[in-house]
Amino acid sequence: MSAELTATRGARLANWNVAIIAITVIVLIVAAATVDSFGTSRNFGFLVLDLLPIALVALPMTLVIVTGEIDLSVASTLGLSSAVMGYLWNANQPIETIIPVCLLLGAVLGAVNGFFVTVLGLPSLAVTIGTFALYRGLAFVVLGDGAVADFPALYTDWVTGTIGGTAIPNVLIIIVVLAVVFGVILHATPVGRAVFAVGASEQAARFAGIRPGRLKFWLYVASGLVAGLAGVLWTLRYSSARADNGAGLELAVVAAVLLGGVSIFGGKGALPGVIAGVVLLGSLQNALRLSDVSNEALNVVTGVLLIVSVLAPNLARSVLQRRRT
Amino acid sequence: MTAVDLPAPRRSSLDFVLRARELGIVIALALLVAVTTISNPRFLSGQSIRDILLGTAILAVLAVGQAVVVITRNIDLSVGSVLGLSAFTVGTLLQNNPGVPVIVALLVGAAVGAVCGVVNGGLVRYGNVPALVVTLGTLYVYRGITYFWAGGQQINADELPPGFLDFGNATLIGVPYLVLIALLVLVVTGVVLRNYRVGRELYAMGSSPQAARLAGIAVGRRTVGAFVVSGALAGLAGVLFAARFGTIDAAAATGYELTVVAAVVVGGVAVFGGSGSVWGAALGALLLTTIGSALAVLEINQFWQQAIVGGLILLAIGADRLVAARVAASLKKRGSHVS
Repeated sequence: MSAELTATRGARLANWNVAIIAITVIVLIVAAATVDSFGTSRNFGFLVLDLLPIALVALPMTLVIVTGEIDLSVASTLGLSSAVMGYLWNANQPIETIIPVCLLLGAVLGAVNGFFVTVLGLPSLAVTIGTFALYRGLAFVVLGDGAVADFPALYTDWVTGTIGGTAIPNVLIIIVVLAVVFGVILHATPVGRAVFAVGASEQAARFAGIRPGRLKFWLYVASGLVAGLAGVLWTLRYSSARADNGAGLELAVVAAVLLGGVSIFGGKGALPGVIAGVVLLGSLQNALRLSDVSNEALNVVTGVLLIVSVLAPNLARSVLQRRRT
Repeated sequence: MTAVDLPAPRRSSLDFVLRARELGIVIALALLVAVTTISNPRFLSGQSIRDILLGTAILAVLAVGQAVVVITRNIDLSVGSVLGLSAFTVGTLLQNNPGVPVIVALLVGAAVGAVCGVVNGGLVRYGNVPALVVTLGTLYVYRGITYFWAGGQQINADELPPGFLDFGNATLIGVPYLVLIALLVLVVTGVVLRNYRVGRELYAMGSSPQAARLAGIAVGRRTVGAFVVSGALAGLAGVLFAARFGTIDAAAATGYELTVVAAVVVGGVAVFGGSGSVWGAALGALLLTTIGSALAVLEINQFWQQAIVGGLILLAIGADRLVAARVAASLKKRGSHVS
């Protein structure tokens, strides 16, 4: 009975992953067929660059949400990383020093979240709403409302450039490498199994010898580190360090992760689905933007997708149950 | 922040600790006002106080609605978007029918918000989707609808009837109407939550949804009800927003939801439900607004405001954790004495 139950649950999860990937592929095909210039290599480059921050931040966010926690401070971490980058560049520091400093900063900001959540045992939703305001506020304190530009062309060109003569953007390498790293960690290592175990039942995980606090702490560090990296790449892409860079990104990231089939209650989810969710969200927005739908009206699509992605499996389940009884 | 170390008699220590939460904000507020006034007496001028109260009124109405939802262990992230939708609806209505009385505008705004609340609550109740996800989704949807409808158009003060704009500034025996409305909302909600069965049921749901269901509470219906209250109050706040600022575009109050949640959390409403009060939430709103004004008066860089708010949230939830631990300890001690 229970084995059967787990089997169907596994099947359902797989189904959702397959479904979201299928929907993404269909959207890509339809967009390429109906929207002029969607399928061009130039637009592919823009699409990847637009996806970049959401794709990167969504990877550790997936692991955080699978453990049953959340990190709403990621976009503010991105902003603070960008602001510090601008500040140090203004102070004539070499870019080779600045980038590691910003990555380290991200990790430290993540560790602060982890400290509050795991050591003090405070609810992560409240903690990261607090650090959401704190980090963004500090970003403005560091840089004010001005912008710092003219970062070295060597770096900005690399971020916006493509591999050799191909149409593949350089930054795609970063996305793929990190996606593989996080995918392997989540699905093929004891750490990943611990992540699922903690999300399913923290108490049971503790009895099984897992230390949930330590695990979550390092996940928050990873989340901060990647957000710091996203801040660096964001700054280089637009060659503009601003305190409000990435504002509002946290909700898009959470939306993409949930769209990818990760349960907000923790314990369930898979990285391929999340990547499909990111691509779906990004390409849909890209295609609609090319069709002259205003940026803000796209919000409706994001919101409806988010609700449907969580609602649909629930409805399907209740319909199935009703039929069975 | 809280003076829980006082050697109070055991019987009342629990009550004292619970009450101290609101007291803590009052003390913080008093200190802030005192320090600011000493450095610049202009801070307590009539105009400055009026500005703070007007700003607080809108935030407090939102915070009261949010507190009702948070007490039931849910959250409503769509309030900023609902405010925007309501403000734009009422703005358009008044633009086309300048004769509409203010009371009708208020009711229309609240009704728009209530409909949004029904959608939120319905999805939470019937779709079995967590409130965080639902309201994150409707945050985008409601805002998108407003953008779709407005299409970049903006409603300016000179297009609104003068009677409506007067309402945003007029006073009754020296107190602005906006503040009176906020007080009315606060008192009614506060009394219902504290003294009426419905109110106690909301706390019970937040403490333990399962136990509440077993106790015969209509959890589903109450959940929808809480979201309708939050939505209606956000809608009402939209009308107040329109009356106060006079200029309405589709982006009105974007990103406001986290400020509202901040006010509620700083005010001592636990994010996991079952504790806190709307009084605390309103005090939280007052504290956040006062900090903003105080920084300007103290000539501290305005950019510090957001960072301070963030620090306050962390401080508040940390303090709540301590208080909760003490309450648990004192309950345990009391239990062992009785036996």
